Amino acid sequence: MKYSALALLRGALTSHRNWVPVWRSPEPKASYDIVIVGGGGHGLATAYYLAKNHGITNVAVLERGWLGGGNTGRNTTIVRSNYLYPESARLYDFALRLYEGLSRQLNFNIMLSQRGLIDLAHSRHDLDSMARWVNAMHMNGVDAELLSRDEVAEWLPLLDMSPDARYPVLGGFLQRRAGTARHDAVAWGYARGADALGVDIIQNCEVTGFLTDASGRVVGVETSRGRIAAERIGIAAAGHSSVLAKLAGFRLPVVSYALQAMVTEPLKPALDAVVLSPSTGAYLSQSDKGEMVIGAFLDLFPSYAQRGSFAVLQAIVAATLAMFPSFSRLRLMRQWAGIVDVVHDSSPIIGPTPIPGLYINCGWGTGGFKAIPAGGWTLAHVLATGRNHELAEPFQLERFTTGRLIDEAAAAGIAH
Amino acid sequence: MMQIKCPWCGMRDESEFLWGGTTHLTRPPLTATDAEWAEYLFFRDNPKGVHLERWRHAHGCGQWFNLARHTVTHEVSSVYAMTEPPPRSG
Repeated sequence: MKYSALALLRGALTSHRNWVPVWRSPEPKASYDIVIVGGGGHGLATAYYLAKNHGITNVAVLERGWLGGGNTGRNTTIVRSNYLYPESARLYDFALRLYEGLSRQLNFNIMLSQRGLIDLAHSRHDLDSMARWVNAMHMNGVDAELLSRDEVAEWLPLLDMSPDARYPVLGGFLQRRAGTARHDAVAWGYARGADALGVDIIQNCEVTGFLTDASGRVVGVETSRGRIAAERIGIAAAGHSSVLAKLAGFRLPVVSYALQAMVTEPLKPALDAVVLSPSTGAYLSQSDKGEMVIGAFLDLFPSYAQRGSFAVLQAIVAATLAMFPSFSRLRLMRQWAGIVDVVHDSSPIIGPTPIPGLYINCGWGTGGFKAIPAGGWTLAHVLATGRNHELAEPFQLERFTTGRLIDEAAAAGIAH
Repeated sequence: MMQIKCPWCGMRDESEFLWGGTTHLTRPPLTATDAEWAEYLFFRDNPKGVHLERWRHAHGCGQWFNLARHTVTHEVSSVYAMTEPPPRSG
């Protein structure tokens, strides 16, 4: 069913009894051409682009819980492409460009809001490094502009710019095309698009093992809903990538950490940009519902618990209130954490694994949401053709052996 | 807040400590291949379960020690010295 004003009108005239589920919930078939493990944004986007770009529709997405219930539903919904190195800039700006056309492409409103993202400079060093950052972005053809202290004050009237502010603000830099998107809608939009093209989306189906033939090639998966054969398998499981890799018999250069976020009670429009303070580790934006969505830095020890430590929550709230004192009366409504897959160079891994027929998309660390369209596009490409997409070529597992790391200091956006 | 029992200072809040990575990693000889070196430097088990790891009481006595800690419950099952072998149940 195509969504349109006319469809809405027809729905209203028929007492909204004519709407159909956004995707089917089929029983898993005994075999597929391609199985994707992980029904978050990256996995669903992979399935969608397999069908859309490559015409491969005999595909299943297996999700242990519910769609987008992992990091896709646990991030701070920020999209941006303010990266330092050419390889990263190409990949992330490709993702942002796909986001820019995604609502139309999927006929599903992902509520992309390119309200701009401001990084705050709290010191002379911050100003210098931001000048370098902006220059690098210009060299890579990505929009960016340095902001003076006065320009920051004009954008963010509630920011404490007084001379005795705890975190003095000397300036900042802006990416106008950055902003936020509705995170659930990205998962649901890709799921609906993939389903309409014939992909089976199977929830509550946990992969418990990988099946291989005598040559060591994967031929299927063992799941909580039975055995499913597949010619090729793609893993897009974020923080649980190491767990799946262990089932398949290899290791990854990944450590899983908890990354926290929280929302306040809703209030009237008060913050017209995404604001990042790299030095304090706090970043926030106002959701369309009016809540302040506040993100934290990592809990710096390995964890698979989807909750964060109170110590980090306290530090982030303190930093946020030091910058925006008028938010001190707001109550926090919810706090949660997602498990992120951090690699040593803060750059993703998209490509083949040591197991023939098994491919992986992981290592996005704290910044996977913004990359969903590119992660799906490039994983679909290597699954369909057996060759890496040119954008994904630098982001291979073997770079940890060759030493050709892409040490993307700007990946996190804040100092982890 | 997680609390950790420093062998010298007793039970303290996690914010006094720094996590120092997986423990019991042996540096390979200089004749190691690139693959062996990469395994040592970068590749980790990253278990969902008990993890043997190094911690430092950075904002306390400054000493290093080992923990066996569960990565889902954060429960510490063993605190032992840097030179001690891993606990058997780990």
